[in-house]
Amino acid sequence: MSNTSTEQANRFISLKDIKKSSFIALWFMFLTFPIMVIKVNTVNNTVEWRWANMIIIGVASFILSHVWRLFMNRRDGKLSDEQKGGQTVEKLTLRQKLDQKPVVAKSLSYAVLVLAIIFPLISGMYQTSIMITALLYVVLALGLNIMIGLSGLLVLGYIVFYGVGAYTYALLNLHFGVNFWVALPIGGIFAMIIGILIAIPVLRLQGDYLAIVTLAFGEIFRIVLENWNDLSFGPSGIANIPRPTIFGLDLNVSQATNLTYFIVLAFVLVTIFVIKRLEDSRIGRSLVAMREDEIASEAMGIDMGKTKLVAFALSTFWAGVAGVIFAGKTTFINPSSFTMWESILVLCMVVLGGMGSIPGAIVGALIITLLPEYLRAFSEYRMVIFGVVLVLVMVFKPDGMIPSIRQKYEFKKKPESNMKEAE
Amino acid sequence: MNGTYFIELFLGGLTRGSIYALIALGYTMVYGIIQLINFAHGEIYMIGAFTALIVSSVLSFTGMSPVLIFIIAAIAAVVWAAGYGMTMEKIAYKPLRNAPRLSALISAIGMSLFLQNYVLLAQTSDFQPFPDLIPDLAFLKPIETIMNTTQFIILVTTAVVMVVFTLLIRYTKMGKAMRATAQDMVMAQLVGININKVIMFTFLLGSATAAIGGVLISSHIGQINYYIGFLAGIKAFVAAVLGGIGSIPGAVLGGFVLGLTESFGTGYISSDYEDVFAFAILIIILIFRPSGLLGKTTRKKV
Repeated sequence: MSNTSTEQANRFISLKDIKKSSFIALWFMFLTFPIMVIKVNTVNNTVEWRWANMIIIGVASFILSHVWRLFMNRRDGKLSDEQKGGQTVEKLTLRQKLDQKPVVAKSLSYAVLVLAIIFPLISGMYQTSIMITALLYVVLALGLNIMIGLSGLLVLGYIVFYGVGAYTYALLNLHFGVNFWVALPIGGIFAMIIGILIAIPVLRLQGDYLAIVTLAFGEIFRIVLENWNDLSFGPSGIANIPRPTIFGLDLNVSQATNLTYFIVLAFVLVTIFVIKRLEDSRIGRSLVAMREDEIASEAMGIDMGKTKLVAFALSTFWAGVAGVIFAGKTTFINPSSFTMWESILVLCMVVLGGMGSIPGAIVGALIITLLPEYLRAFSEYRMVIFGVVLVLVMVFKPDGMIPSIRQKYEFKKKPESNMKEAE
Repeated sequence: MNGTYFIELFLGGLTRGSIYALIALGYTMVYGIIQLINFAHGEIYMIGAFTALIVSSVLSFTGMSPVLIFIIAAIAAVVWAAGYGMTMEKIAYKPLRNAPRLSALISAIGMSLFLQNYVLLAQTSDFQPFPDLIPDLAFLKPIETIMNTTQFIILVTTAVVMVVFTLLIRYTKMGKAMRATAQDMVMAQLVGININKVIMFTFLLGSATAAIGGVLISSHIGQINYYIGFLAGIKAFVAAVLGGIGSIPGAVLGGFVLGLTESFGTGYISSDYEDVFAFAILIIILIFRPSGLLGKTTRKKV
């Protein structure tokens, strides 16, 4: 067996490992020395020496380096097994197992759906409100997934379109008294128009150039909102945006929150349905073709410019509608909800979940919105933990939590006897 | 139009531009070699500034001369920033070398978050005053209103760093190896270049220049906090893209273009829209030159 060496490394902590780890511990003690140990109080001009931190770092990095090595060996061992191909029994992922048993998969997804529907009834308003935010991000992640996962266009300013939707509703309501339900499609269509307008000048750009230009558009959008007081009321934002209602009923806050929850949930389902259908449609296939190879797909008669615009339009629409719901949910919006950081978060959701995969985007969005929320117990450490989680997930699952499965058309071998007959 | 005001803005733009250029160098080198947008690069710059602040504050109790303190603090900043850069590469990027490119980007974002909050927890969230250690140079007295000493030192240091940098890349063995790796990583391995070493060295060099930028700008502005790296990193990234990402002279040119645009924009139009000028010039340039000012237009082959 070729992996005996890794097994040995896993089983025993050899002297070499201890040496290595001690070195790593020393290195980290040195590295973190100025920032962890010394604390200068510039007001009183005193220096605090926190030697205890140094010992903690040393011990922690000694232990963690062993754990790290163990997991790295396991990861690389698995990789080499895969490269050998065929020789080892393929371990099926959970997803593949589910795909083989459609009954289980179906009942599981119905169970999740039922749980999602009864969620506001069994939990308080605060929880429901958090869930609304999480579901809004699910929509955003699904929308961005069209751009990044399906079409391979790296866009870093996606939150702009969310903002366009939110401001569309807020301003239409303020000036013309337009209600939520009318604003819902208008916000989406308006975001779509802005998306196409941004896309037209940048059609020639590729890869990271596109990413930075969309990031630039995003920042310009936010700064203009902050400064153009006549239009957007600047940093103070727009308040008293009406919550969504239904049949003209007068709802109290908790009922309105529940209603918003159901609207978002319905919207998530619609999004999933549409994207699922899109993936297998002619347009969806041309998007995937564009992701794989622009020149080859152009040679197959796909208009690149048009396809890119379609990708932008399809993707930004969802963000616009989600923005309208967001404005209705919070009843107050200002530019600080639409920073570059939010765009980056949505990107993290898509990649963390698994690019191009619908369940991936959902799981990624839920993890990224709910993790910091439920880590509040560790209040000050939560962002550190969040950063570490991002790095670790990527290192150990580079394709995301639920990678998308490429649809393959397999050529099934006919039994030999048949083939002979055919000859 | 007022001539002195123009020169003032011009020099201000150059100062800003040199800092952007110093940080952008690290971005563009890393990108040139492993095609990674190193989002945590701004954090390295911040850590450099913080190390300098801490070291200089501790040393100020010993009664050393300010100039000596400044030099020691700057060296410490460079050493530690380089250490952080290399360690970061080893933990967060090296395991992802064969992974999809966006995974490495997310890993970089995670690293950036981690480093920011690590400094926040270990130090403080408040703005810290950065000690004023650079004595006023006598010969700058007549033009003090136009160019002060820190500005002068920033310009001179940047120029020196650029020259050293160019020589390093052009004439040393490591520089040659770096260029070879940037051109074709597989081929470079075949001719016996240890690319792990080259990549590590790239991070070391990039982090060191970012730290120099961090120390210089902090002594110019006079205060720092844990969050300064984010915007500086984004701006430097913009500078790198503006010049054509992957190209070293491009990063320098991009830095200066960005600095000057910001300076003139805020000086003549409105200071509310400072960042808008930076991003607008980026968009305009990329629309007309889709791969940046000095970027190579790579023709895609089938």
